[in-house]
Amino acid sequence: MTDVKDKPDGVGFGRVIRKEDARFVRGKGSYIDDIVLPGMLHGAVLRSPYAHAKIISIDTSVAEKHPKVKAVITGALLETLNLAWIPSLSHDVIAVLATDKVRYQGQEVAFVIAEDRYSARDALELIEVDYEVLPAVVDAKRALDPGMVVIRDDIENKKDNYIFDWGSGDEAATEAVFEKADVIVEQDMLYPRVHPAPMETCGAIADMDPISGKLTIYCTTQAPHAHRTLYALVAGLPEHKLRVYSPDIGGGFGNKVGIYPGYVLSVVGSIITKRPVKWVEDRSENLMSTSFARDYHMKGKIASTRDGKILGLRVDVLADHGAFNNTAQPTKFPAGFFHVFSGSYDMEAAYCSVKGVYTNKAPGGVAYACSFRVTEAVYAVERMVDRLALELDMDPADLRMKNLLRPEQFPYTSPTGWEYDSGEYPRALQLAMDIAGYEDLRKEQAEKRANGELMGIGLSFFTETVGAGPKKHMDILGLGMADGCEVRVHPTGKAVVRLSVQTQGQGHETTFAQIVSEVTGIPVADVEVIHGDTDNTPFGLGTYGSRSTPVSGAAAAVASKRIVEKARLIASAMLECSPDDLEWTTGRWQVKGDPSAGKTIAEIALAAHANLELPEGVEGHLDASCVYDPPNLTFPFGAYICVVDVDPGTGKVKVRRFIAVDDCGPRINPMIVEGQVHGGLADGVGMALMESIPFDEDGNCLGGSFMDYLLPTSLECPSWETGETVTPSPHHPLGLKGVGESATVGSPPAVVNAVLDALKPFGVKHADMPLTPAQVWRAMQGRPMRTDLAIQ
Amino acid sequence: MQVPAPFDYRRATSVGDAIALLQDYGPDSRVIAGGHSLLPMMRLRLARPEVLIDINHLTELDYIRVDGSFLKIGAMVRHVTLQTSHLAAEYYPIFAEAEAQIADPLVRNRGTVGGSLCQADPAEDLSAVFSALKANVVIAHRSGTRKVPISEFHTGPYTTILEADEILTEVEVPLRSNTGSAYEKVERRVGDWAIAAVGAMVRIEEGLVSEAGIGLTAVRADHFRAKEAEDSLVGRPPSTEAIAEAASLAATHCDPFADQRGPEDYKRHLVEELTKRALSRAMNRSLPEVH
Repeated sequence: MTDVKDKPDGVGFGRVIRKEDARFVRGKGSYIDDIVLPGMLHGAVLRSPYAHAKIISIDTSVAEKHPKVKAVITGALLETLNLAWIPSLSHDVIAVLATDKVRYQGQEVAFVIAEDRYSARDALELIEVDYEVLPAVVDAKRALDPGMVVIRDDIENKKDNYIFDWGSGDEAATEAVFEKADVIVEQDMLYPRVHPAPMETCGAIADMDPISGKLTIYCTTQAPHAHRTLYALVAGLPEHKLRVYSPDIGGGFGNKVGIYPGYVLSVVGSIITKRPVKWVEDRSENLMSTSFARDYHMKGKIASTRDGKILGLRVDVLADHGAFNNTAQPTKFPAGFFHVFSGSYDMEAAYCSVKGVYTNKAPGGVAYACSFRVTEAVYAVERMVDRLALELDMDPADLRMKNLLRPEQFPYTSPTGWEYDSGEYPRALQLAMDIAGYEDLRKEQAEKRANGELMGIGLSFFTETVGAGPKKHMDILGLGMADGCEVRVHPTGKAVVRLSVQTQGQGHETTFAQIVSEVTGIPVADVEVIHGDTDNTPFGLGTYGSRSTPVSGAAAAVASKRIVEKARLIASAMLECSPDDLEWTTGRWQVKGDPSAGKTIAEIALAAHANLELPEGVEGHLDASCVYDPPNLTFPFGAYICVVDVDPGTGKVKVRRFIAVDDCGPRINPMIVEGQVHGGLADGVGMALMESIPFDEDGNCLGGSFMDYLLPTSLECPSWETGETVTPSPHHPLGLKGVGESATVGSPPAVVNAVLDALKPFGVKHADMPLTPAQVWRAMQGRPMRTDLAIQ
Repeated sequence: MQVPAPFDYRRATSVGDAIALLQDYGPDSRVIAGGHSLLPMMRLRLARPEVLIDINHLTELDYIRVDGSFLKIGAMVRHVTLQTSHLAAEYYPIFAEAEAQIADPLVRNRGTVGGSLCQADPAEDLSAVFSALKANVVIAHRSGTRKVPISEFHTGPYTTILEADEILTEVEVPLRSNTGSAYEKVERRVGDWAIAAVGAMVRIEEGLVSEAGIGLTAVRADHFRAKEAEDSLVGRPPSTEAIAEAASLAATHCDPFADQRGPEDYKRHLVEELTKRALSRAMNRSLPEVH
């Protein structure tokens, strides 16, 4: 499957080896911690040991006397700079350093800057903080109870822990559907708090040049341009004197979208000390304080006819946003794209409500390959469809096939107003079932059940919602979600493409070269990709929500097409013919009917820079740019089937097989697509079976290290079986849809459905993730556990 | 990056030198072997020894051999060495089985048998293995050595009977005829500590169980041992009923507590289930022709 020989000419789409691998496999990547600047100092953050406590006093005097300490920054100092609090991404504020209270375990309290990282850490122990411990709000379901301690008393007149209510769909129409339905199934389910846990933690180096006033911020950011503008707006720094540089990034998954206190502290530290200041968090800091994902308590309700026609779906959500509302999503969608929860099925009506609450936990909420909460939406609908199948005693594949949207329904407007661009759902599901050998698996399962063996087969069909997004609907803190791209062809026919988005391992240096190559015919090897440096790339909102290919990829395609069109005019001058008499073959304009008369893109590029007399209105050189405002989102989809075996004596789950059919439109580089799918499937196995961040009654984080927050290894993963169908997007210039998060979105319900299918003989209807051996055994006893709280 | 508090470092050149260094530096010094428990604790600043005494170069403690009626395992034997030792497996297949499930290959390449026992983590696997095998540990001190049964070595979580200037040098396991052994473990994920694990050793002579050892880990069994269950087997013919009774006793007499690996009832259930499995396999292996 990873044969890379099918692109011998090295032009356009296909399996080509990743350009970035040459440095990564040699250990020559340059990550934030590899960057060492002359005179650089090191910062370390003192963090709260308590989930909720008043700060009575902070004494830094001993720490300041440490011989290698240059400065100690507290919230009191930041207040004088008006930087103790900064705006969150969701109409709230976050504390850079706590001034009044700490509101979650691991919150930033002070920042030490020292000559080396050892001394900085040593000096943290010399800071004396006097806390008055307060009761912690841990259980989101009790956050709004009368008399509950108020977390956000920094907000004027705040008397409770309420954040917002939001809904989407037609509630009355949905209730009317439930009135007439033969069958109604209800199910409570939790999508637990999980963490992106990228291999590289977050970090920054701030370097303020006191002479020029230019501030360079080297930073682990998925969105360098958005960061630069926010620094300018929040700190009042002149944007032209700001440069955000994102070096190689060791995984993002949404974790590196936001601006963390550590970044701001590096900046303040560099301004104060007039030297570069590096801050790189450790693993526990990353897990305990940076953006988590999910934490959705969902109450699902699905209605159908007796013969299995789905009529309606309702999901009511209690959303635990932690201590500050800092979820990242387009401004007008406080629950992200959760309202795409009617999923891949034809139904009359759907309605969802989301209530957000504060708790004494780290803030965040949208991170981790979720496409703005499509992950939660897909989990909700795919669990509800399986619950319905159980109730109707129908095969879950039959029930899905009966209700999937049909190809002729596209473009399809969902009950909550989304317009799905294209899809051929039954074909994808059928292909997955064929690869799996679905009928044989069901036969094997029946035989095993007769022997008391527990085998489960789980399905999931997902519709992704990616490529945010049209400026008329979507912005983040007022910044429209359009992305720029600039393509320049050098005189010798080589090219450079400058992007607003930033790779974190997705392979942009290869795939964006392939996009330019596909359109212009310039070999992939001859296209250099520049990204991650705000001084050298056009503005755009960055890489998350699987938006690079749908938005920035479209910008690159359009800019490349503009190159080709300009080349046509220049070729017509070179060939002394009308542009209308020319036709394009890959990499070359030639005279219609006379293939021998033509000019390659390289010849045209040289002419464009030489003394050729250009047609009127055509400027010299061969370059183009584009700012792409997507007309709609794209809607990749897929059908997943998981096969598990469960040890009835121990509850241990073994994922035996996983079949993933993905349709993301045409594939730029199938090898890279498969790699992203493999990674996402492993993510899904992890979330379904082992990952969660629960809190004990005092608000202590119980997932603060890799001893506690378990990520799957190759030993927990089967050999993935992938397949593809291709349904192009009608509105993307190359038909591309994006795929980065598909497998993470689609796989958890397949694994959970498989485990619960295995447990059917025990009458188990539902158990929340993660389905650890203990949780599976408890489910078999009819007593599944809450997985957001400490196990009692 | 997590960085440890300042510490000093000495490399021991012999067991005697190590003991002398321990005496010189006193209770704030720590012996470091594989370091796979100590170093993470130091980086988290949960452990802050002032001096590390490195015994990694004491190859004199790296051996697995039969000596008289004992299988002797040096304290500096790495997990991977014990895991792949044909000699150890020939007598006790429990070693290869347990070792294959300890942590991951990176840890097994460095971590040592002696280090594991001295760390005395309450979820440590080899403690259950040696408990099942009724091993002795050999401890060197300034004026010689002393030998104590494994059942007296651990005094609680992370504590042992070792004095500040003593070093564990060897574990010895009695050789037995007609004996089978097995290890059963459930973990949330490869590399995690056990939710519960059970090691079993059964010797069958003339159709009756003449000796039984059951080691438990991660469930707060007294000295990693299910003594009542062991006693219940001795003198009885091997049978499903005997196994079930022993398993039930093992589950009753341990004292697991709830943590994120599982609630107390599940852990107790696991002890019963895994004891059954381990005993059953150990009995099947205790065939007369083995030795």
